Amino acid sequence: MACIESLKYDIILQGASFKECRDFVRANCSEFVTVDPGFRIFEKAIIGVPPILIGLDGDVITFPFTKPCYGTYLLRTENPAEAARIRALKK
Amino acid sequence: MGSIAETKEKKEALLVLGCPQVPVQTGIALYLMYGLRRHGVVPVVAGNPAARMLVEVSDPLHHYVGEMIDIDTCIGDLADKKRAFSYYIVFIHNDAGVSYAATIQSITGKTIAALIYGEHFQDIAGSIDFPCEKISAKAVHNPMPMKKKIDEVLPWLVSNL
Repeated sequence: MACIESLKYDIILQGASFKECRDFVRANCSEFVTVDPGFRIFEKAIIGVPPILIGLDGDVITFPFTKPCYGTYLLRTENPAEAARIRALKK
Repeated sequence: MGSIAETKEKKEALLVLGCPQVPVQTGIALYLMYGLRRHGVVPVVAGNPAARMLVEVSDPLHHYVGEMIDIDTCIGDLADKKRAFSYYIVFIHNDAGVSYAATIQSITGKTIAALIYGEHFQDIAGSIDFPCEKISAKAVHNPMPMKKKIDEVLPWLVSNL
């Protein structure tokens, strides 16, 4: 599985707060999963202020990604296997 | 039979460094490591490569710093319960620092110490609403305000967290 920085992704929000990321996912994604910090997405432990929302639209995943020097981004990428794994958490 | 000193549990403190763009970070980190050593606590540093390299260059013989680990590896190991520390101290001067602190608090369930500094320290301190001990000062170039805070709180911190 690819690491996040090698994925082909779109930046939806940049320098966002986790509340802004949550609000965006709630308003714009057809479904979402709530996870705790440390949940692994693309093999990387997710950083953030809980609750962390990961959005799903078919095979497209919308998720926050934090870097120490650059703050938090909301990214969107298509990955059928990872979307299915995350969607399965809802059941 | 070992002596009391030999059988005493070794305590480690995890210091999570932020982006080193605020000048006081490395100096304050090394001063805190000195203080922790005086209390018998071994400091372990997690940070990005630049933050770690600043510590490495400042303390090449590791008089103060102990192990140094990549910040993402560290978070992964905490999340997987591969490692745990007696104390968690997170350096915060921006939103990313708040996110790392919230993550460590959530993963470990422990009360962490948040060292909040930089130009916007009051706004950042006000944005933190998860359980932690906030140690804050307007320290950007001059480390003395934060050094004084550390001098005040470190004995309490190593006794109570």
